[in-house]
Amino acid sequence: MTQALSADVLVIGGGSTGVGVAWEATRRGLSVILAERSNLAGGTSGRFHGLLHSGGRYVVSDPRSASECAAENKALRSIAPQAIEDTGGLFVSLEGDDPAYAEGFPLACERAGVEAVAMSPAEARSAEPAVNPGIQAAFWVPDASVDVWRLLGILSAQAAEGGAKILEHHEVVSFEQEGQRVLGARLKDSATGETRWVSAQVVVNATGAWSGRVAAMAGCEVEILASRGVMVAFADRLSHLAINRCIRPSDGDIVVPIRTVSVIGTTDVAVADPDDTTVAPEEVAAMVAAADQLIPGAGSARTLRAWAGVRPLYRPPGGAGSGATRTVSRAHALVDHATQDGVEAFVTITGGKLTTLRLMAEEAVDLVVAKIGLPATPAFVEALEEKPARPAYFRLPDALAHRESVWGGDRDAVVCECEGVLRSDVVALVAAARGRIGIGDLRRSLRVGMGPCQGGFCSYRCAGLIAEAAQAAEAVTEDLVEFWKERFKGTATVSFGAQARQEILDRWLYASPLAPPGEPVALP
Amino acid sequence: MRDEVVASTDGCVKCTICEQACPVAAVTDLFPGPKYVGPQAERFRHGDSVDRSVEYCSGCGACSVVCPQGVAVAELNIRARAQIPRSRRETLRNLALGDTESVARLAGLVPGVANALLGNRAVRRVAQWLAGVHRLAPLPAFAPRRSVRSFWTKSPGEGVPVVYFPGCSTSWYEPWLGEMVVAVLERNGISAQIAAGRCCGLPAQSNGFFGLAARRVARIAKELGAPVAKGTPVLASSTSCALMLMSEAKDVLGIESDPVLRLAEATWDVSEFLLDLHRQGRLDQKGLSPISRRVYYHPPCQQRRHLSGRPALELLALIPGVEIIESTQYCCGIAGTYGLKAEKYEVAMEVGRGLFSEIADSSPEVVACDSETCRWQITHASGVPSVHPVELLYESYGLSGARRPLRQDAKRKSARR
Repeated sequence: MTQALSADVLVIGGGSTGVGVAWEATRRGLSVILAERSNLAGGTSGRFHGLLHSGGRYVVSDPRSASECAAENKALRSIAPQAIEDTGGLFVSLEGDDPAYAEGFPLACERAGVEAVAMSPAEARSAEPAVNPGIQAAFWVPDASVDVWRLLGILSAQAAEGGAKILEHHEVVSFEQEGQRVLGARLKDSATGETRWVSAQVVVNATGAWSGRVAAMAGCEVEILASRGVMVAFADRLSHLAINRCIRPSDGDIVVPIRTVSVIGTTDVAVADPDDTTVAPEEVAAMVAAADQLIPGAGSARTLRAWAGVRPLYRPPGGAGSGATRTVSRAHALVDHATQDGVEAFVTITGGKLTTLRLMAEEAVDLVVAKIGLPATPAFVEALEEKPARPAYFRLPDALAHRESVWGGDRDAVVCECEGVLRSDVVALVAAARGRIGIGDLRRSLRVGMGPCQGGFCSYRCAGLIAEAAQAAEAVTEDLVEFWKERFKGTATVSFGAQARQEILDRWLYASPLAPPGEPVALP
Repeated sequence: MRDEVVASTDGCVKCTICEQACPVAAVTDLFPGPKYVGPQAERFRHGDSVDRSVEYCSGCGACSVVCPQGVAVAELNIRARAQIPRSRRETLRNLALGDTESVARLAGLVPGVANALLGNRAVRRVAQWLAGVHRLAPLPAFAPRRSVRSFWTKSPGEGVPVVYFPGCSTSWYEPWLGEMVVAVLERNGISAQIAAGRCCGLPAQSNGFFGLAARRVARIAKELGAPVAKGTPVLASSTSCALMLMSEAKDVLGIESDPVLRLAEATWDVSEFLLDLHRQGRLDQKGLSPISRRVYYHPPCQQRRHLSGRPALELLALIPGVEIIESTQYCCGIAGTYGLKAEKYEVAMEVGRGLFSEIADSSPEVVACDSETCRWQITHASGVPSVHPVELLYESYGLSGARRPLRQDAKRKSARR
């Protein structure tokens, strides 16, 4: 067992909630350790459509979530504008949609504090030419898209700067308890297989869909309804505004322009296992058909990838509810296990949305601070002070401008053609990580392999650059094969049309000219 | 519905075939290549154009022709080039090169004065400094008013009606070619009505003036509406005019009006039309008398985009005694007005280097090429006279009356060095 660590707070879970809590606690002067079983955003956070909610989606079904989204949308924009693209969004009502919902929409928005501007169908079409021309009613809302890896990268870097220790690939094996008090946790490092002991004054369970399981390890109860949502990415942006269908929340009601792609979401299916992220071909077909209704032509556009994320829907103890996942509140819940289960120094923060991560973190840290006995400081103030004069939002052409700025002769080379990633970008990241980096990490940081060819060309170049910098060829080859297994998993259900032609070329490159040495490794 | 050209990027599998075919990327690092500036950059373009590297695309279209997945690479690039923010000086230069019709109408009033100025080295130095047109670039000479008058008064003769669209080059620079086209058609029982002297809009389009280009095409479609509605074919001897009317008005400018679409259906390249006559057994092959000449034939890049094979080559092969050397090179570099620009002249000459040395090695008496700007560039760079393939048919038929003024070639040669 490696050396023991100790901190004021141990945060379990490196998704948006956990990273938010670590960031907030650090800002309040607490010492923090965060443990994540895979990589940051490795669970549900990395498997969503990228929408920074305006709140409009929930104004009728869940006004509390709507109000929180509206406020937190503004807050996140000022905290991490570089991770956010200020796309704007539309709520549109199509022919055949219940006109009463659209009629009630503005008043519901007003009550929930969600900004919404009514537009004529003609105005909406001119704002977003891709939208279905048959729209009956339209509202503009301040939707945005957020790059979750960049967002969590910014927050975790700020936390680390403030002294927080971020432990990726560390899974909780057990909690250490003395009587009815949690003293800390035993973590297992998946890279080395070693376990290490972390003691903390308070442990925060921020494991989302897994929080029921983690709470149970401490003898506590948290009821989570795991709800799987399927998303499909198209190879190009089909619209530049987010397009929401102005109806009650339902399957395939949103298309988000995120970075170079558009994502249609989503379904809502209760699953027993939060690790169940399977995608059925019928779900893909249904999502593509739904996208085609919002954006005519989407039905024949190239699909890139399909994936599923599992939402944590919280059900309070003894709470009513039919069990239909669509009707369960999206609002978050903060559970003090001292009052609920009689277990001290253990807190669960779960449910909610990525958009509300700051609010969740604020409430959770308020409780932590109360338990530790430090004076609480208002969290929002500092964030507002840090607000830049003009928010430097991410803009889609930024990557092209970056690439263009070094174009010419030998100044640099393009490693990932689809996403415009330069050799210097990769080399810098590999050097910063002192070689302890995989192609998957490059993907999350730089979008290597996330474009139309899905890594068909760039993965080998990245492998070469990693090997050149630090690692043994065998380790890099192993990483490359893992990367390919993961890539093909996500394309399995969308391998038709243009993407099928791409996959044939990718598989051929993998199998023949660029085959890793040794026995060929079968891909899914 | 999604724009067809943009939607075609879905087909790109990054195979790099277009990069291998691009004649510009092969000779300069200033151009990153068609895949790079085309389907790849397109996914990032929203609002301002931030990538000036697409400026070095010459628009030859090799990429679109070779793409096995049907990606409209060249069309994307032409559109992206039009979005580049320009200085006022650059805009004026591009307008002077792009609005060929207005320039020709003005200068055509005083062709002698215009030619004297454009042939003057000092004037050309000033023009390069002031206007960004390279001092050595092969600008065409305006035809003498006598030749112009002779073409416009040419009678269409008897036979099956067609419309001959002369475009700028025949209207103002090479009217004798128009006379020859009409005479060769007449010889084969075709009566060619000469359409008004108009610019097809392609130079405006490739210089980024899409509005002007669209107005040019729409005007032509309107003027030719009546004969087109009757099913009369429209023939062009300029490959760029044919390309604009046949496909680019829709594919690049995005015009989908009925008159323009009908005109596209009716438009033929003149060689393709004559070959079609031959295949129907209606071309007077017996009347072709021998010409003992060594002819180097180069199909221009624009002609390849007609996607009709090499009809001129097959026609030339019908002329007894002609020894044909077929070009193995893709592009002469000029690409319309690209190679005229000061910053691109050297690139264009480098693109054409393979072609020029192949011409030198095969020492032909004449180069046959379907596009006027390519002919001007080829003669400028190689010193070998160049003609439209129909000029050789005209000669072989023993027709007379139309004459290419000798001093034209001499003048262009003098512009070298």
